[in-house]
Amino acid sequence: MSNSPLAVHADHAHRDDIGSRMGMWLFLFTELILFGGMFFLYSVYRFTNQEAFHIAAKELNTLVGTFNTAILLTSSLTIVLSIVAIQKNNRKLSIYFQLITVALALGFLVNKFFEWSAKFHHGIYPGGEELLAKSKGEILFFGLYYVMTGLHGLHVIIGMVLISWMTVYTAKGIVNKDNYVKLETAGLYWHLVDIIWIFLFPLFYLIT
Amino acid sequence: MVSDLVDVKNNGSEPSFLKYAGKGRGLKSWIFSVDHKRIGIMYLISTLLFFAVGVTFGFLMRLELFAPGRTIMDPQTYNSIFTLHGVIMIFLFIIPGLPAVFGNFFLPILIGAKDVAFPRINLLSWWLLILGGLMAVTSILLPGGPADTGWTFYIPYSVRTGTNVSLALMAAFVLGFSSILTGINFVTTVHRLRAPGMTWFKMPLFVWSLYATAWIQVLATPIIGITLLLVAVERWFGVGIFDPALGGDPVLFQHLFWIYSHPAVYIMILPAMGVVSEVIPVFARRTIFGYKFIAYSSMAIAVFGSLVWAHHMFTAGMSDTGQFVFSLLTFLVAIPSAIKVFNWTATLYKGSIELHPAMLFALGFIFLFSIGGLTGLFQGTLSVSIQTHDTSFIVAHFHYVMFGGTGFGIFAALHYWWPKMFGKLYNLKAAKISFWFLFIGFNVLYFPMFVMGWLGMPRRYYDYLPEFTTYHRLSTIGSWILITGLIIMFWNLLYAVKRGKVTHEKNLWGGETLEWSVDTPPTLENFNEIPTVTAGPYEYKNNEIENKKVEDVV
Repeated sequence: MSNSPLAVHADHAHRDDIGSRMGMWLFLFTELILFGGMFFLYSVYRFTNQEAFHIAAKELNTLVGTFNTAILLTSSLTIVLSIVAIQKNNRKLSIYFQLITVALALGFLVNKFFEWSAKFHHGIYPGGEELLAKSKGEILFFGLYYVMTGLHGLHVIIGMVLISWMTVYTAKGIVNKDNYVKLETAGLYWHLVDIIWIFLFPLFYLIT
Repeated sequence: MVSDLVDVKNNGSEPSFLKYAGKGRGLKSWIFSVDHKRIGIMYLISTLLFFAVGVTFGFLMRLELFAPGRTIMDPQTYNSIFTLHGVIMIFLFIIPGLPAVFGNFFLPILIGAKDVAFPRINLLSWWLLILGGLMAVTSILLPGGPADTGWTFYIPYSVRTGTNVSLALMAAFVLGFSSILTGINFVTTVHRLRAPGMTWFKMPLFVWSLYATAWIQVLATPIIGITLLLVAVERWFGVGIFDPALGGDPVLFQHLFWIYSHPAVYIMILPAMGVVSEVIPVFARRTIFGYKFIAYSSMAIAVFGSLVWAHHMFTAGMSDTGQFVFSLLTFLVAIPSAIKVFNWTATLYKGSIELHPAMLFALGFIFLFSIGGLTGLFQGTLSVSIQTHDTSFIVAHFHYVMFGGTGFGIFAALHYWWPKMFGKLYNLKAAKISFWFLFIGFNVLYFPMFVMGWLGMPRRYYDYLPEFTTYHRLSTIGSWILITGLIIMFWNLLYAVKRGKVTHEKNLWGGETLEWSVDTPPTLENFNEIPTVTAGPYEYKNNEIENKKVEDVV
């Protein structure tokens, strides 16, 4: 090894689009199970604290939740459109749709920020006096609310970083008409973020 | 470490992976390498270092228990030491010990591929292991003191204690992530990169066991990830999730913890079973008995093993129906394990057995794993479980399975594949001597724990009643014999890398699997040309192949 570096530079170019997609799907399974642990906790606690969950859920603003749902669903559409665009070799349009996706994700987070701030303002946050004065079931509800939407928010941020990264790749031509699996897998990840929200929305906002 | 290793051209025309440095130089050519073999070696070095730390903690624990009362440390230190012993041995040694070390090195070679499906993610998972390891070590050194909860982090104590539990939790979280990435990589590799002709039922059994393991890693690890993260969040922000003071349910934590941690013991044992399935046919010179049954039983263990977690909680408060169901499922999971043991012994029958060190360790595995497995059934029995729960009987049981099983499986793999990995031969006699030290030391160390556990010695206790003194003393003496064996074994292996006789013999032990058809040590891309597989992995031409005895090669 400390001898002269050997001049063999084997070409490691190995491409397997099906393999890449399979890897991403497996990763998405792990993400689903990660959230699954919390959905499991939610269902048990909901079962044991039905009254408290009913009261606590009324405090969440359904309008904001619905608005955020619409935003995320639209962003799922735009990421699909960006993939279609690159398949049709329209790089500019693809970049355009990716940027819209990121902008929508940002909009979601801004909404979430104001929603959380309002709650904090009312003293409803972990360890907050207002919250600790409530019943144990309500404390559990808001504990789960913050942890689950918080972790989901983290995934939104990761998704934004991934898609922005793909935008750079698309601009550079690394993602192109013949090789767009990277953008496709980033899109898969974005749909996961979307689908988890589709479950969070009814569980926290719609069912009271 | 390998500057003087291989200075002769190999059988082929290309340099070995040990010599091929790629872009970097020196250390960089290792820690940034995406070659699965180099990553395997890095895993080997790191897990063995962590193993040494874990052994030291175990040794200190046994030393403390040599006599009743205070012997060498105070109770708080003792609590931390058994916690760290558990965390390090489980997350940093046994879980990555076979899949990440030998799986990385040999999985692609065994299925006729040039590398794993995602080489860069493979490197990332090694870096995450190192990061997690460093976090665990940092948690020992920081003020506040090392975690003292036991490796299970049970609520509510893990939320209340002032020690560095959060950092230890995050370390386990990061290590879990590393394990998930390895799992994703291996599942995809097995699906996508098998050589032409390598059908599912032509895969070596080690590959089958890695495949089953990888699925458990993918499907179970996220649960522990989220559970440990929730405990950390609970500690940091006072969020009410598990803490009963805030309405939470500590038993739910136990459920979530064991939903991962029971399947995790199969992450640990399955690859070791795979190694035994490789070693036994080679040194018995016989086709493996019941190939398909062994392959299917790996998958069956993966499925059933995911459904038995609550047998860790028989005394935690559960409905009678729940207890009954989990007890029944626990008995069912013994069936696929027994299928393997019967098939191995049937393979040995009328075989031409050669007691190579790897074979000795494989046989040791069968013996010790059988004791560990059968005592596991004791605890699956509800009435007995009440008696033995939280006693040193449990400690003995899982050390027989995890150390006597997986540990000996790792040692078998080390002796089986070491010369292939480094192109150097170790001393066979020293290896055999080390086996006997390990085997005898192991039994002297852990068997007394069965007895005293049965008599009522609780686990994790710092002090004990005088009537247990003889058992504890015997056990501590056993630990000295065991450690002597470990020193001889590792000295022998490391000496071989440094000074051992160089070998370029491709097929050292007369195996029929693909790794024995490539150069020793393998070249960067393993195969000059991807092979086309036509025969199964254990089809020896005759019962006793023409082969050279091992001594002739050495």
